[in-house]
Order: sequence, then C-alpha cells, then structure tokens
Amino acid sequence: MTDTAADRVADSPALSASRGRLIGILIPTAWLLLFFAIPFLFVIKISLSEAAYSVPPVSDFLIWQDGWPVLQATWANFALILDDPLYLQALLGSLRIAAISTLLTLLIGYPMAYAIARAEPGMRTPLLLLVILPFWTSFLIRVYAWSTLLQDQGMINSALMWLGVIDDPMRMLNTEFAVQLGIVYSYLPFMILPLYATLERLDGSLLEAAADLGARPATTFWRVTLPLSLPGVAAGCLLVFIPAAGEFVIPELLGGPDTLMIGKVMWQEFFNNRDWPVASALATILLLLLIVPILLLDRTQSRAEQG
Amino acid sequence: MAAADSTDTLVSIQGVTKDFGGTLAVDGIDLEIRRGEYFSLLGGSGCGKTTLLRMLGGFETPTSGRIMIDGQDMADVPAYRRPVNMMFQSYALFPHMSVAQNVAFGLEQEKVVKSERDDRVAEALSMVQLGEYGRRKPHQLSGGQRQRVALARALVKRPKLLLLDEPLAALDRKLREKTQFELANIQVKVGITFIMVTHDQEEAMTLSDRLAVMNAGRIIQVGTPGDIYEFPANRMVGEFIGTINVFEGTADLADGSVHCPALPCPIVLEDKIAADPESQVAIGIRPEKMRIRKAGSAPSEAAPASNFLTGKVEDIAYLGDLSIFHVRLADGRIVQVSRTNTTRRRDEPLTWEDTVEVEWDPQAPVVLHQ
Repeated sequence: MTDTAADRVADSPALSASRGRLIGILIPTAWLLLFFAIPFLFVIKISLSEAAYSVPPVSDFLIWQDGWPVLQATWANFALILDDPLYLQALLGSLRIAAISTLLTLLIGYPMAYAIARAEPGMRTPLLLLVILPFWTSFLIRVYAWSTLLQDQGMINSALMWLGVIDDPMRMLNTEFAVQLGIVYSYLPFMILPLYATLERLDGSLLEAAADLGARPATTFWRVTLPLSLPGVAAGCLLVFIPAAGEFVIPELLGGPDTLMIGKVMWQEFFNNRDWPVASALATILLLLLIVPILLLDRTQSRAEQG
Repeated sequence: MAAADSTDTLVSIQGVTKDFGGTLAVDGIDLEIRRGEYFSLLGGSGCGKTTLLRMLGGFETPTSGRIMIDGQDMADVPAYRRPVNMMFQSYALFPHMSVAQNVAFGLEQEKVVKSERDDRVAEALSMVQLGEYGRRKPHQLSGGQRQRVALARALVKRPKLLLLDEPLAALDRKLREKTQFELANIQVKVGITFIMVTHDQEEAMTLSDRLAVMNAGRIIQVGTPGDIYEFPANRMVGEFIGTINVFEGTADLADGSVHCPALPCPIVLEDKIAADPESQVAIGIRPEKMRIRKAGSAPSEAAPASNFLTGKVEDIAYLGDLSIFHVRLADGRIVQVSRTNTTRRRDEPLTWEDTVEVEWDPQAPVVLHQ
C-alpha cells in the first residue's frame, strides 16, 4: 500500500523530476520507518520476552554470556494465547463485532454519502461539515453520553415507557447492542467521507448513459453506481473495521462483562496484570489478522485503477 | 418545409423553451425533423443546441412547449423509456465493463434473450470494425475506437432516433475527417434518423441532409447545407458558415441596384430586392464567386459599370488548391477573394501590393437581413 501511494505521488507531473521523485518516496518511507516499523519491532521484541519484576517489566532480550550476546527469545506468550480460549474468543469476538458494525455503518453511510454527493453543489460542504461536526466534541464524552442515554432510567427507556411502547425498561447498556451502536455512531464519518469522495467523482454522464440505454434508476444503481463506488466502499470499510476491531473505549464504557473485545483484554494484560509480553503478543497477532483486509483493499484499488 | 405530410415527420418540436433560473437556454423553438434524415444543430457554445438535444433524450424537461417523437408526446416519458439513444460527447462508456458488455447493456434492459443479444452485439461491433475488441476494457482502446464503441452501443438498440452530442469533437483532425464519412455511411446503412449537435460548420455541412443554425436559444435558419451557404438568412449565418464579404449600401428599387459608399460602382443583383426604397441593406458576396485579375489586364478597356471594385493585394494565403487574396480597398477595408489554382504556372502571377480588379456576376450577391 505504501509503495503504491509513493508511486502515485511520484507520478504526478509536478514531481516528475528524479529529485522530486526521490523525496516523494523518502518522506513517507522515513515516516513509516520511524513511527511504525521501529516501534513495532520493539513490540515484537517485548512479545518474545518474559514478564519480570523490573522497569520496564520485561526480561532482557539479549544477555551477555562470556562476552557474547545470547538471544533470550521465547514463543511462550504466543503459545499461551493460542492455548487459552479466552484470548481466541476475544480475538474472534472483536472481529465479529467489528464486521457487523462495519456492515451496519456501510448500510447507513452509503445512502448519506450518496445524498450528499447528489445534493446541490452549494449544499455539499455544509452537509459534510455536519457529518464531521461531532469531532468538535471529545470522543470520550460522546461515548460516555451514550451510556447515560442507554441506561435503564435513561432518556430512551423513559421516553418509550412514557409513550407506552414498553412497560419495563429494556436492558441496553452493557450489552453487545450498545457496543455496536457506539461503534456505528463513532465511526460513521470515516465511512461517509471516502464514499462521498468516490460518489462525488462519479461521472454523471455514465448514469445518463445507463438511463438512455433503458435502465431504470434501481438498475443503474446496481449495475453502474455501486460497482464504480467499490473503491470507496473498501476504503470506508477498512477505516471502520480496523480501529473498531481494536476498540477499547467503547466496549469499556458501553459493553458488559460478556462482551469480550481484544482491546479490553490487551488493556487488562498491560495495566492490570502488567504482563507486557502477552499484551504485545496479542497486538502482534491482531496486526497480522488485520493485514489480510488491507491486502484485499490494495488489490481492489489497483484493479479499480486499471479499469 | 415544415408542412411536409405528418407521416414523414419523426420529431416535432413545438414552441419549446428551457429556462435555467432566469436565463433562456432555449427560447421558443419550432422544428420538424423528417424520418431517416441526418439533421444537425449548429451553433457556437451557449446557443442552446445541447440543451435542445438533451430535452429530446429526456435529460432535461422543457419549461414550456411540446416534444413529439413518432407522434407520441414525450412530456411524461422518462429517458429510459424513450425510443431514442444518445451518443455522449464524453462517450460515457462504462469503465468497469468490457466493450461487449457495454454494447450488450441496452439489450439486457430490453430482456433480449442471450443468443440474440450476442448476435446483435457482434453485428454492431463488426459494423464499427471492432469485431475483435469485444473483450477489451474501454481504457485499453484509443479515442477513435472508444467513439465507435459508443456509436455501436447506441445503435444496437435500433432506436427510432439517434442523438449525437459533438460526436467527433474529441478526435484529432485526420481521424475526424475519416470518421465523418464512416458516420455518414453508417447512417445510410441503418436508416435511423440522426440528430447531431456540433459547433463545427464544416462537420455540419459535410454530414447533414439539413441543418439548423442556432444563436441565443433560437433557430436562425433551417435548410440544406447548400441553402444555408448560398442563401444565408442573415449576416450572422453568412459569417458563421464560411467566409463572406459584406457591403452596406442603399437600395435603389428603380433598377434593383445597391449603392455602396465603399465601392466605385453599384452592385446589381439578379434577384430583386424586397426592401423599402432608400433603405439600408447589407449585401454578401462569397470569396469564390469573385474573379480577380491584375489591373489593366481586362479584355475591354472600359471599366465595368457595376459589380466591380479595385484595390491592392494586402495578403495572399496559398492553400494549394486555392489561393485566398486579401484585397485592400481605397477606404482601407479588406475584401477576400479566392481563386482555384487550375494551372501549375500562372501567366500573370499576382503578388503583394499589386493593384487588382475584382468583378462578379449579378447572381453572386445575396441580400443579408440584419
């Protein structure tokens, strides 16, 4: 993915000079190396160490024996994770919750992005501003606000009871429903923005051509609009799915004890158990799992660029 | 011409107006287009030609007026139900579908069975000489090939009417000339009525059976290319199509001549002038209808009494087949005269600053209304 991004920068005519090309490749590469690859190597290093009573609370990775460095690596943390169903359940649970909420976000976000892209040009910027307006308030406060809305004596239950729809309060807070709701609510803008970008760029004459050839509006949508917006769908789904899978705040504030998500488990390992190696091993496994959808996106995007 | 019997008329545009928030893009147009005709809407940008075409296709709704296609009022017929197909200026090929899928798209909407669909797609592609390209994606084709896919996709549905929005504008000059003839041949072969929008007068003249010259949302003149060139309705049409020399003068109805202050003698017209006595008229003469020769080389000594001028050669454009002379008159105005280069060597070559005499026949001048 980073390679294609760098290529694209380098391909723009303004930077076609070889020096510009070099800088265009170097800056993102250096950035990724410094702030992603090197820190991640530390994480991998810790995941291969043992927990210890020290600062930091891990055993030394290298020890010196007779003047020679000896690697003290162990797979024990990974073995523990694969052995204990708790971790696997948390991992699978995270992926399942992230997948369902990504799908819900897509179903809600697509019509919104479509409507904004088809709105009068002067209306588009105000509408987009409304989409990103929630970012003006702290994420933590917005999620916390949901917990007061969803609790048994919260506004939603009282309103429904007052209307006579229900007699007893529904249990919403501390359920998986609340977690899904929180994720969909928090990540909706990340779905809408890339979808809007592709839909807005969609050549209107293609839709007219489809109508001209006899396609009703619904057929035009399925045969032309949707296929051509797939890169936006893929980008939006990734932007929601990846952070949602590792989400910690939302399950912590809205989820119950039975909503197991890997972010929460990692937090517990890291801060409650002070077991950095296991937490790092979990982070490594999560990253490896999330690489799969990124590779899939890269493939759809390079295919979309060809055709 | 509009009074041709109704079975002959395919498209009838009656008092159609399109108001885009206060600007009249199309301003009360009445037009009849005959079955099987190649008709062009010609005009500069913003003259309303594209808006009129889009109203025929169903992509814009007339503010007022009526459009009838084959006797059916199109007011409540959406684009996808009209017996009309359009070739878009951008071609609008679906980028995610192969060439064959693009062409088949319209037939799928009609629920044509697969075997027949495949046959018709193959037939349409071979008609535009793209039989081998069915599996390609649009981005793998050249501009000219894409243009032909767009044509095949629009024709495969066998519409009653094909709309073409600047079909050749995106092609380079050589390809455009070649494609012009192909387009005309295909139109004759399929027998479908074509309506083309273009700003290129040469294209409109070459391709059309009839054409309408538009300006500011109105139709200025409708006719065959010959009518429009030889009998321009007004000065704007005369100047838009080809080159024309315009002389203003006063009509003298007694002998049907026009006295122009710029010319040494009156212009005499074969056609009688229908104008008030002493009124100002504009007379147009096309460059190729004038004869040029070196001063003093006339067969008779006496200067003609009419249809004659003298001047100096200001500029010569040698085009191979033609030479165009810019002749400066005494008052400084420039008259363009063209001469066919019928021989390889001229006995009396004309050159810059030569004093020349120019004359024309009484049937050459045409009265231009303002």
